[in-house]
Amino acid sequence: MAPIGVDEWVARSGDRREQNSGWRGLLARLDSRVGWWPRLVLVGLFALVYGKLLVGSNINYAQTGFNVVLYAILALGLNIVVGWAGLLDLGYIAFFGAGAYIYALFSSHAFGNLPLSTGGVQLPVVATIPIAVVGVGILGLVIGLVALRLSGDYLAIVTLFVGQAFAEAVNNVAPGTLGGANGLFGLKGFHVGSAMIGSTLGYYWFAVIVLLILMAFLHLLDTSRTGRAWRALRDDPLAAEVMTIPVNKVKVMAFTFGAIVAALAGTMFAAQQSSVFSTNFSAQTLILIYACLVLGGAGSIAGAVLGGVVVTVSQQLLSSPIDSAYLFYGILVIVLVARVRPWRHLAAVVAAIVGFGFGVHAIVGAISHRAIAGSPGSSGWFAGALRHFVIVPAGSPLTYGNLLYVAMICMIIGVVQLKGIRRLVAVVPTVYVAICCWEARLTLDPGITAQIMIGAILIVTMAARPEGLLGTRRVEVL
Amino acid sequence: MGGGGAFSVACTAQMQIFIQTLVTGIVTGCLYALIALGYSMVYGVLKLLNFAHGDLYMVGAFIGYFAIQWFGGATALIIPVPLLIIFMMVVAGLGVGALGVAIERFAYRPLRNAPRIAPLITALGISFILEDSVLLLFGGFTRNYNAPAFLPFRQSIHIDGVNIWSVQIIVVVVSVVMMFGLRELVNRTLFGKSMRAVASDREAAEMLGVNVDRTIAMTFFIGSAMAGVAGVMSGLAFGQISNIIGFLAGLKAFTAAVVGGIGSIPGAMIGGLVIGLCESFSSSYISSQYSDLIVFALLIATMLVRPQGVFGQPPLQKV
Repeated sequence: MAPIGVDEWVARSGDRREQNSGWRGLLARLDSRVGWWPRLVLVGLFALVYGKLLVGSNINYAQTGFNVVLYAILALGLNIVVGWAGLLDLGYIAFFGAGAYIYALFSSHAFGNLPLSTGGVQLPVVATIPIAVVGVGILGLVIGLVALRLSGDYLAIVTLFVGQAFAEAVNNVAPGTLGGANGLFGLKGFHVGSAMIGSTLGYYWFAVIVLLILMAFLHLLDTSRTGRAWRALRDDPLAAEVMTIPVNKVKVMAFTFGAIVAALAGTMFAAQQSSVFSTNFSAQTLILIYACLVLGGAGSIAGAVLGGVVVTVSQQLLSSPIDSAYLFYGILVIVLVARVRPWRHLAAVVAAIVGFGFGVHAIVGAISHRAIAGSPGSSGWFAGALRHFVIVPAGSPLTYGNLLYVAMICMIIGVVQLKGIRRLVAVVPTVYVAICCWEARLTLDPGITAQIMIGAILIVTMAARPEGLLGTRRVEVL
Repeated sequence: MGGGGAFSVACTAQMQIFIQTLVTGIVTGCLYALIALGYSMVYGVLKLLNFAHGDLYMVGAFIGYFAIQWFGGATALIIPVPLLIIFMMVVAGLGVGALGVAIERFAYRPLRNAPRIAPLITALGISFILEDSVLLLFGGFTRNYNAPAFLPFRQSIHIDGVNIWSVQIIVVVVSVVMMFGLRELVNRTLFGKSMRAVASDREAAEMLGVNVDRTIAMTFFIGSAMAGVAGVMSGLAFGQISNIIGFLAGLKAFTAAVVGGIGSIPGAMIGGLVIGLCESFSSSYISSQYSDLIVFALLIATMLVRPQGVFGQPPLQKV
């Protein structure tokens, strides 16, 4: 029998998946055999192995590890509000920021010029975290109460402005205490007495422990009466109310729980960075957290964690030239393999791309030698392989790269509009232009490229799989 | 021009500040209203909060800037100034309109029947891409329109110590003309009729033979074109543009659309004026640091008292 409130076709999606033959079916069957708790242990083991590998290695990897766990925690908190309760909260960043700022105030010189203390308030972590969590929880409660009057898009609007108002407020109100645009810095790390977490790796371990406890807690919450009430609210608020679910109470609860998780993440963020700035809590960070959640799949604990891993790791990869090349060509190959079927077409397209590239390169080289004299932006063995494939003029002028970029965007938009054999034909120059653009322009500005890629990932995910990697598709009753 | 008829009585200093603030507020408000109209129209037909709309305004400002450069730069223009201004507006309107249609076709059309959150996230993604593409192509520094160098009629009209720049008059006139043009378009033409039909019930409109795809594309074109023109005018009026101006302007315009009642055209106009006035008065009488905060607080308060906005209709809930 189908679970209550779920469309039958949707409910039987699992059975259909199991009937799939091949490796997909195998994976699905394997997936259904492993229970939830063993999976949590797997996540823990994975984090343990990663952490052990980190000891003595590059500091950047520890930072990436911490960021992954931090964004996973943030995505989990957002999942409570957006994924389970279905309340579109665009002010989530304010809770994260408030947690960080409360921690910062109580572990820095911020209150230093007040008469009651010299050198600021420097409470131990056992006091600051509860203060931050309770304070932000109350904030979440208040905003939740305010949000009761609103629904759907109107809720999104008001919370968006709460988030923006937070950033404006910490930037402008009481610059003597909150530091204004300079932020608060020189924060003391997590410490109890003389024991103190001193390294990024230490924060990584702390965050992993928090993440595992949080996942276990959220799993219990998900399968509890409250979790069912949230999902009922998400699927149909009116029906939920008719079924005597105290809609207002569970809405406020969702907001409060989400805020508490965000505050927890905020304290860790502030302590690890040992400073807070209002720009840390901009709309860009919010979009990144949303990217984690929707990519992994809203409504799924594992999905939120996976999203955190994928988004943070790809951001990290994009900042190094050789890794970003792997990411770019990896995505290119995956898109081609997934979208161009059957394999005969795929083979033809790949052959055509290679032939087209070398052909164009030879023609352009015959006309003007300078036009192909530049070297590709990627480093490593890619560069050698692509030397006679891409067209990069001498000195790789920005104008050329910019024109290629515009051409690439236009061609991608065009390819999507075409159908059938025309699309297959159009894919060849599009991929070639994309590769040239990557080598001639995008590798030169990795920071900007990373942002563009995040935007592209959001759009592609929504177009290809709106329910995310691990989410379940729901039938919307409108 | 000193001493116009209506102001022949000598103004006090406070009065002058008041009127100056009023003028600034109306000009800013007109720009917000133009952007807000696009937000409102798109929300009306698609029920989509198009977060990328503010960035279209930014793209319009850049197109206007490059139009000036194309004609020899601010100090050595090769065509008459009125022609240049018309050219800038037409090119920015057409260019940004086309961009809006392309975005709709590429990103939003495949998501017509997706869950509500999907197009919202896509809009955030588009906003990211637009902002960073401009950063990639043109760099992150602030550019100057240098409008005073080529606008001979930027000389202000003095009325008892109150300065009204000619460019401000242009902004107000163009905005008012466009708003009334839009109102006529929506109320009188066949396109307007089909747009209203799609806004009220897309499926029913489709069954009655309305070309829904074309109507939505057209709505995007008009809304985006207005944002593009607003971008050009803001460049002329305020002088400076960069790739990040879109986000805050979009947010303010969005506030305007919401305060007026999202989906309502007169609401967007009045909302824009209210936000513009609120911003200019709070920055000249309270503190310029707090003006954004005050605008946001106004929005939150409006939404709590009247969630559907001042002119909006409360949504009907179908069970």
